[in-house]
Amino acid sequence: VSVVLALLVGVLAAAGTWLVLQHTLTRIVLGVALLANAANLLVLVAGGPPADAPIIGRDGPLGDPVPQALVLTSIVIGLAITTFLLAVSYRSWTINGNDQVEDDIEDRRIAAAERARRRREGR
Amino acid sequence: VGGLALLAGLVLLGQQSATTTISALVANPPGGTITTVALVLVLVGAFAKSAQFPFHFWLPGAMAAPTPVSAYLHSATMVKAGIVLVARLAPAFATVGPWRPLVVAVGGLSLLLGGWRALREHDAKLALAHGTVSQLGLLVILVGIGDAKLTFAGTAMILAHALCKAALFLVVGIVDHQTNTRDLRRLAGLGRLLPGLAAVTALAALSMAAVIPTFGFVAKEAGLQGLLDLRVGAVGAVALVAVALGSVLTVAYSVRLVDGLFVRGVPRPDDGAVRTVGAPIDPGRVHCPARGFVAPPALLALLSVVFGLAAARVGEVIAAVAASLDPASGTKHLVLWPGWGPALAISVGTWVVGAGVAEVIHRRAHGRDPRPVTATRVYASLYDGLLVGSRRVTAVVQSGSLPVYLGIILLTLLAGLAYSVWEGVPRPDAPFADSPLQVVLAVATGALALGVLRARRRFNGALLVGGSGYGLALVFLAHGAPDLAVTQFLVETLVIVMFLLVLQHLPDQFRPPPSWAPKALRIGLSVAVGVMVTVFALAVSSARDGRSTGRAYIERSLDEAGGKNVVNVTLVDFRGFDTLGEITVLAVAAIGVVNLVGVARREQRRKHLTDGTDRADPDGTRADDRAHRLGFRSIVLSTTARGLAPVLAVLAVFVAARGHNAPGGGFAGGLILSAALILGYLAEGRRAFDPRRVRPLVLVGVGLALAVAVAVTPLCFGDALLESAIVTLDLPLVGAVKLVSSSLFDVGVMILVAGVVLSALGAFVQADDRRPTVAAEEVDR
Repeated sequence: VSVVLALLVGVLAAAGTWLVLQHTLTRIVLGVALLANAANLLVLVAGGPPADAPIIGRDGPLGDPVPQALVLTSIVIGLAITTFLLAVSYRSWTINGNDQVEDDIEDRRIAAAERARRRREGR
Repeated sequence: VGGLALLAGLVLLGQQSATTTISALVANPPGGTITTVALVLVLVGAFAKSAQFPFHFWLPGAMAAPTPVSAYLHSATMVKAGIVLVARLAPAFATVGPWRPLVVAVGGLSLLLGGWRALREHDAKLALAHGTVSQLGLLVILVGIGDAKLTFAGTAMILAHALCKAALFLVVGIVDHQTNTRDLRRLAGLGRLLPGLAAVTALAALSMAAVIPTFGFVAKEAGLQGLLDLRVGAVGAVALVAVALGSVLTVAYSVRLVDGLFVRGVPRPDDGAVRTVGAPIDPGRVHCPARGFVAPPALLALLSVVFGLAAARVGEVIAAVAASLDPASGTKHLVLWPGWGPALAISVGTWVVGAGVAEVIHRRAHGRDPRPVTATRVYASLYDGLLVGSRRVTAVVQSGSLPVYLGIILLTLLAGLAYSVWEGVPRPDAPFADSPLQVVLAVATGALALGVLRARRRFNGALLVGGSGYGLALVFLAHGAPDLAVTQFLVETLVIVMFLLVLQHLPDQFRPPPSWAPKALRIGLSVAVGVMVTVFALAVSSARDGRSTGRAYIERSLDEAGGKNVVNVTLVDFRGFDTLGEITVLAVAAIGVVNLVGVARREQRRKHLTDGTDRADPDGTRADDRAHRLGFRSIVLSTTARGLAPVLAVLAVFVAARGHNAPGGGFAGGLILSAALILGYLAEGRRAFDPRRVRPLVLVGVGLALAVAVAVTPLCFGDALLESAIVTLDLPLVGAVKLVSSSLFDVGVMILVAGVVLSALGAFVQADDRRPTVAAEEVDR
């Protein structure tokens, strides 16, 4: 893997991580897209240095088709995920009037109950 | 007594072999009755040094020393001297007469007796001392049998024991210092007061009890495996049983120690206890120990875990050390995960039974539970424990905040990456770049991605991500992956279109995000992920070992699947089952989108009806009108689009069909097909998506059904799933045409992808129509 591509993977992953850590759903969607791009590039470059497309009849050494097939699958799945998240943020907007990610109320409740129980037993 | 016996034994040995250097002795072992007597004497000396039965009593008795001294002498150095002597002589003399039976008997007795005493002790430090006797017994067995594997395991065990026992001695010292007592009966509930110390103790105790993933587990597994592989008859079997039983006791007193020191304590006798035992500690008078005070045991305990995770690396060092005891053990390895097998089963068994024993002893001492343990009650308590345990776990791991979850996921990712990078250090000779073009493309792609971080408007953010995606498509192309480039390009285009459709509804600017964590933390996490991923990317290339499935695919592609484009053949033939799964996911996502948006729309319509805003437009004709206006204003553009759409549709079919031999394929074709239909939408407005005319979800179903049919058909002819059938037709004019059944699979994929994209677009577009004011009016302006 060339240093440049490794760095590109890192930059995409870092930018994606930053966006995913936000509260705004749109930003999270964008972050997921960048993270997916980073992962796709990583898988591709892990397959070896640049080569000719793995099509029989091409001259030169052919690239490894397996990572390419994996990434192709991943790109399309990425499209589906982005679309789905967009639908979620649309829904969040029309129903709640914002696209902020809320805390999970049920989980909060369980955590709070457990804390209360601890306190009771502590006394 | 011990020293004297040792001296006598060594003198006799020296007499027999005319040398007193151990290496010469081991290289050329003498024989005869006098040697046997000498060896027994040496063993007696070694047992005394290492506090083995019946000389074990001095070790607990020596616990008067200050704790750090105990930690140093009794966990690591002094008591191991006898072990080393045994280990050094065992390879040469293990087969001599009484050596093995003696070693196993004394080691086993010490192991069990020490464990039992540790379990009954109320003074934490004495419990540890008896535990040390027990562990030393284990070591005597391991290194004394004289098997290379066991010597190696024993060496690892010495390190594991030194780490965890030193940590525990120090912890007990701290507890003693903070509370002025080491009596487990007075120390209940200390964990709430000193949670950090409790965690350190728990870690060290896990290693002592040999629970995965600590180093204690690694060493114990190696020992059990060695004992299982041993072929020395009954002695080996006795040793194995003794080690297993001893391990049960070890687990039990580990649990009891942590429980007694920090959680429930050890129950006190009911009456008059204050006089004999002393009052329970007063929580108000226990102060948190200074940080520097806790650091050494914390470091030791952490090392127990780190060494366990890095078992392979540590194993190399251990092997080097073990080789000096027995050259044959220099080639052994340590592993963290031993694989399913009898050794692991024994370990798991010791954990379960050990914890059970600890619980029973606790109940007994409590005196409130004299009823015998029956299967029913074990089941009931297991069940209750499961419920309580899962509630506690849920409360800890599911705090309810998404960013916290993400943080945990990312930290796990970081740990995983760090671990794998550590195992395969990056190749230093990675080239800076493969071509100048690559540098340009990479810089552009990265810059666009970073631009997203600064975007204040949603729209800009979406465009920048799209641009970055286009850049990535070019990177793919330069890397020799035209199929990926085409797909990436089409996907980015469609994503931008969908973003445009959805973002109309959302406010233009991002609101300043409420902070859930300090900005520095989020920046640190992001940068850490970026750096780790970069290093990982550099490291993976050195992990490839040259065996490539891809080569085999390239060789088989033309003969077996009748296609030249190996990527496409992989998707529709070699790995066609994966693709089938993938398109099913796509179908599910499409259904999800349609329903999510549908629910949102119904909700909104209900709101509007109650508001009265939509009353003027009951049948939606105006909405139709507005949607129409959403399309192209210009007649030229509209006409162009109308003309272009069929061309695109034909192109889509062409791309899908040629995909078997050239870049293209069902995914690309489907995406182009949906692009054609989008153009149709822009030209014709909403009518292109009139639910009465187009039912995109039907397309999804048809595509999926076709793909499944193609996949299953070979089964009817007794072939494997997705087996390709190749038919060559001689057509007039066209000539010989080779038809491959998997092309039909690709057609199914194409229809499905188009259906998925259209479902989503249709959902968003119709959502548009029901927005009575904002969207359409804004376009007008």
